[in-house]
Amino acid sequence: MSTGTTKLDVVVSDVVPVNDLVTRFHFRRRDGELLPTFSGGAHVVVEMRDGERTRLNPYSLMGSPLDTREYTISVRRDDVGRGGSLFMHRNVKPGMEMVVSYPVNLFSLDLRAKKHLMLAGGIGITPFMAQTAQLAAEGGNFELHYTCRTASLGTYADVLRERYDRRVRLYHDDLDERIELDRLLSTQPLGTHLYVCGPAGMINWVRDRAASLGWPSETVHFEHFAAPQPGLPFDVTLAVSGKTIRVDEQQSLLEAIEAAGVDPPYLCRGGVCGQCETNVISCDGKFIHNDHWLSEEEHRSGKKIMPCVSRFEGRSLVLER
Amino acid sequence: MAAKSIISRPVYGTLSPQPGKHHLFITDAEGALAIAEMAGSAPPGFFDDAEIVFIPGPDGKHTAALQALRPAQFHLSPSFASLLPRLRQTLANAHMGLRLYLAGTEGLIGQAMQVALEAGIDHTSIQTEHRGSLARRMQCVHCKGITENVTTQPATCAHCGLLLLVRDHYSRRIAAFQGVCINAEDRSEIPPMEEVFR
Repeated sequence: MSTGTTKLDVVVSDVVPVNDLVTRFHFRRRDGELLPTFSGGAHVVVEMRDGERTRLNPYSLMGSPLDTREYTISVRRDDVGRGGSLFMHRNVKPGMEMVVSYPVNLFSLDLRAKKHLMLAGGIGITPFMAQTAQLAAEGGNFELHYTCRTASLGTYADVLRERYDRRVRLYHDDLDERIELDRLLSTQPLGTHLYVCGPAGMINWVRDRAASLGWPSETVHFEHFAAPQPGLPFDVTLAVSGKTIRVDEQQSLLEAIEAAGVDPPYLCRGGVCGQCETNVISCDGKFIHNDHWLSEEEHRSGKKIMPCVSRFEGRSLVLER
Repeated sequence: MAAKSIISRPVYGTLSPQPGKHHLFITDAEGALAIAEMAGSAPPGFFDDAEIVFIPGPDGKHTAALQALRPAQFHLSPSFASLLPRLRQTLANAHMGLRLYLAGTEGLIGQAMQVALEAGIDHTSIQTEHRGSLARRMQCVHCKGITENVTTQPATCAHCGLLLLVRDHYSRRIAAFQGVCINAEDRSEIPPMEEVFR
């Protein structure tokens, strides 16, 4: 059960290959009505029915929040992942009926800011597509620094340059172009907010430098959806529902709980929002925590787990679920 | 010490050195002592990047204690009103990495925070420490006039003359507590006036 969200019956209205790795998907409501409004940075959880198996993956909405006739997402193909992005790339065709969640925003703009400084890495560009559209419409002050591997993999770099010209600065890894982060952070006017979306290493680097250079944590916003990692199968006892289940190699703990007919709360399914936080009643083994929600102390305590992205290795695990 | 009551009533902490490139201190009277105490836990060279603006108040004490910290810049100001243009100018030209520290009376902390909010600083990122008077800036909800240094409960509005209950309800936007007519039903009813905000 997705907390506070309702599902939307949509139809795939278009599928557009963007480059070698990224494909864009357009969704419209099946009843022809407008979709719910959203703000820049919001995501939806897309349900992928693949035979017996249902995957639920979060994707940032990248269209303009001013246009709710359709939702658009861009999916980067991950050949070694758990198969969600491959399913999207291979199986999803125009005209297909799908279900997506209502939009949820865990990465919203702070509109009190005097200026918005955005740092994107790779496919982390998608929430900024919506945020820049929102700000541009309001005359907002923003600057986007976008790092990609090569020009041909710089998803939407051309679109962004055309729309916003010099407000967008591109950095290409293959040309050894790097953000001069310390200088960039030290020359921003007071009242600037910082937004970063990209690989975990980039987010950690930016947050760390910003903190050292005196950016208050209130001004630093980031989003990184952890994809559930495959791992060794393990058994779990669900004490409240009185079930014992097995989590397969390619399955997340949350998916295994759902497959057993138990309906825990969730929202982002990427270790960010905190909705699926679950108490551990007892355990004998070690946790593999992959979330951004629990504190380090909570990770060490062995008393809590985020079943959407985290796993367990050991003899026994009993959860309050 | 300001006691916690309703959620809008500001609470203050204890100053502590923050990571940053510049440190701006605005302080009045006994607030100087909070800065001097914080200096004990500050890393070496901390005040090389610091500016202290001090309103000494009527007894004129503590100036030497602040100068002894050898901040990069030190300014004395006779009143908040007189430092306001300078503060606005400083914040307008400042970059991210500037950290703000406010120490002293509630009136000073509130008014300096109001200017900082306009400059885009999040109020939760500002270091504050209350020292000295609990006298309140009060806005009359009826005539909107601001009365400074209110020490009594109830208090008389300096603008429209109504007798006002000084509430804990506080506005960061106007840096004032709310005053509401205490005898609106029967103006002849005059409750005793006590000095409570010292």
